[in-house]
Amino acid sequence: MEKKESEYWRWKEYNWKSPELNWEDFEIITAGVDIGSVSSQAVVMGDGELFAYSNMRTGSDSPESARNAMDWALKDTGMSLDKIRYVVGTGYGRVNVPFANKAITEIACHARGANWMYGPSVRTVLDMGGQDCKAIRCDERGKVTAFLMNDKCAAGTGRGMEVFADLLGVHIQDIGELSFEIDEEPPEVSSTCVVFAKAEASQLLREGWPKNKVIAAYCAAMAHRVFTLIERLGMEKEFAITGGIAKNVGVVKRIERELKIEALKTEKDTQIAGAVGGALFGKTLVEKGKG
Amino acid sequence: MKANYGYKDGSGEYFITIDTDKCNCCEECVKVCPAGVLEMVPNDFDIEADDMPAVTEKERWKIKYTCAPCKPVDKESTPPCIEACKEDAIEHSW
Ligand code: SF4
Ligand code: SF4
Repeated sequence: MEKKESEYWRWKEYNWKSPELNWEDFEIITAGVDIGSVSSQAVVMGDGELFAYSNMRTGSDSPESARNAMDWALKDTGMSLDKIRYVVGTGYGRVNVPFANKAITEIACHARGANWMYGPSVRTVLDMGGQDCKAIRCDERGKVTAFLMNDKCAAGTGRGMEVFADLLGVHIQDIGELSFEIDEEPPEVSSTCVVFAKAEASQLLREGWPKNKVIAAYCAAMAHRVFTLIERLGMEKEFAITGGIAKNVGVVKRIERELKIEALKTEKDTQIAGAVGGALFGKTLVEKGKG
Repeated sequence: MKANYGYKDGSGEYFITIDTDKCNCCEECVKVCPAGVLEMVPNDFDIEADDMPAVTEKERWKIKYTCAPCKPVDKESTPPCIEACKEDAIEHSW
């Protein structure tokens, strides 16, 4: 894929395969395919263990994005799609996964995935996706007890961050660190809608604000916005973040500051939480004889 | 499970909350809503359960406006969806 230097918003697509596990040793192989508005992930699990996955940009066509993500996850595994007993589609494009046996809402999948990723102590999950933001409460098995979805606009989301990276000419993966290279914490930008936040940021730059300060103000605005969602739903420990924004320390640290609680950390890839949850649901369904 | 659908904007918080533990899936709220805000959807949180009511994706970000005719300023009347629910499973935040 051609990558132009000027595409500041563009993040690197990737795939991963377990160096130890062999698909032939598995009894039940299941998969989750999470088609988000910005990124898509395919996760393959064998008996509930992570075997392979991919993370790609969602194209204009959901079925094709699903196929591409799955092909890429399976690449180099020596395994073909027909070995997968059950595929769950989730995310925004969940009904458009042609090879899925069932579609399950991303809220259920993210809670289940967070439970797997961060352990059974997780009670509050924040999923910051490409185009919306969800606060979820769950029990020790990752079953949802309450959720709140905010469908207003794209600020506080991955897409909003991409627009912003492009505007400032800063690579998206650097935003988090840069947002702390400031003398003092600026007031947050007041607009939470991307379109307005963009105009406001341009205005601040024209007024002579250094780039990093504008970035800090934007990260603070995103953090505050999700804080109010969690506040409304009610916060119960432990707290964890899933989705792409979990990788942005500029936003994560500011959310922690507002909530006065630290989010659990993981070595695992936070962007695959939804697809992992889907694969785990697939396993449960097969075991219950519903597969 | 408490399912909250809606948003918060400069003018206030607009959330419709459906308590699925109270809801008996009778579908009355869906039938009485004059604006098609509610629909029955598969319960993905509990595969054994019947379909549950939810706010449609199309309406989630504008219920302040869509629900406005059901919410006269006198505050005396209850919106049809809440009125229809015998289980007290629906709440509005505004
Ligand atoms: S307030 Fe009126 S329009 Fe809104 S969900 Fe209830 S019945 Fe439907
Ligand atoms: S009227 Fe109440 S009990 Fe019946 S489906 Fe609606 S929320 Fe559930």
